[in-house]
Amino acid sequence: MNRFTAPLWVFLSLIVLLGVGLTLNPRELPSPLLGKPAPSFALPRLLAPQQNFSTAQMQGQVWLLNVWASWCAACVDEHALLLRLARAERAVPIVGLNYKDDPAQASAWLQTLGNPYAYIAVDRRGEVSLDYGVYGVPETYLIDQAGRVRVKQVGPLTAEIVEHSLRPWIQKLREEA
Amino acid sequence: MRRAIVIAAAVAVGMGPAMLLSASAASTVEVVSFATPQQENLYRKMLTELRCLVCANQSLSDSNAELAKDLRGKVQKMVAHGQNRAAIVAYMTNRYGEYILYRPRFSGATLLLWVSPLLLLLLGLAAAVRLVARKSSRSETAYSAAQLQKVGALLKDELN
Repeated sequence: MNRFTAPLWVFLSLIVLLGVGLTLNPRELPSPLLGKPAPSFALPRLLAPQQNFSTAQMQGQVWLLNVWASWCAACVDEHALLLRLARAERAVPIVGLNYKDDPAQASAWLQTLGNPYAYIAVDRRGEVSLDYGVYGVPETYLIDQAGRVRVKQVGPLTAEIVEHSLRPWIQKLREEA
Repeated sequence: MRRAIVIAAAVAVGMGPAMLLSASAASTVEVVSFATPQQENLYRKMLTELRCLVCANQSLSDSNAELAKDLRGKVQKMVAHGQNRAAIVAYMTNRYGEYILYRPRFSGATLLLWVSPLLLLLLGLAAAVRLVARKSSRSETAYSAAQLQKVGALLKDELN
C-alpha cells in the first residue's frame, strides 16, 4: 500500500460523485402527484367565457393538461409539437390551463400560432395551478381515465419526451382500459 | 495526508450546524395582518421553513418571485383559516415534495443527508487514529541498536 493510495481513492470517489452530480438536473423535482388523483377544478373557458371547463368532463379519457401563458417564451417552443399531437391520429385531447394571463392576449396568441386545445381553462390568479404544484410554465400532465396523474413534465415538451414517455404511457393506459 | 484528514474532519464538523441553520429573517414580505399574534407567528415561521422553488436557495420570506408571492398568499390564507403547521406542511409537500422544506424531515429518503456529517466525522476520526497509531508504532521499532549507536555518535560529534 503506497502512501498515495488513500488520497487517490478519495480523489477518484469525489470525481465519480461530482460526475454523477453533473448529469442530474437540479431543476427537475419528482412530483409527489404522480399516481395520485389530479386536483379537480372548474374554471371559465377562454374562448367561451360563459361556460366552465370542469375536470369531471374528462373522466374516462386519457388526456393532457398543458399549463401555458402568452407571456411565456418557452411555451412557443413546444407549441408546434402540441399542434402536431392534437392533429395526430387517435390523439388525446389536450386541455390548456391558461396561467396568470390576459385573456385578450392569450386569444390573440392562439390566433397567430394556432390552437391545439380541446378546451382552455382560465386560471387568472394561478390558484388551480398552485394546487397542481406548478412552479414553471409550461408544464404538462398526462392524466388517466380515473383522473390520476401519470406523467408530469416541467418545461417545454420535446419530441423525445413525447416518444419515450407520453406515447408509451398513452398506449399502455388505453390497452388496460 | 495529515492535512487532508484535518480538512475532512473540519468539513464533517462544520456541515452539521450549517445544515440546521435556516434562512435569515424576513425581508421582502408584504404587510399582512392576522386575528391573533399566534397566527402571525405561525405565518412568519412557515415563510422561513418553506423554500422558494424557482429561486437559488431562498426561503419564501426572502424571495420576490411571482411563485413565492403566490405561495405566501396560500400560507396566509391557510393560517387565517386556522390551519396548523402540520396541515400547511402537508399541503405543500403533497404538491411540491420534500424539496420545499428547508429543513428536510428525517425519513428513509433523507437518511443519508442527515447521517452523512456524522459518518464523515467518524471516518475522519478513524483515519486519524490509524495514522497516529501507525506513526507511534513505527518509532518504537524502527531503529536497531546499531542505528541508535550511530545516532549517538553523530550527536556526540555535533556537540564536540
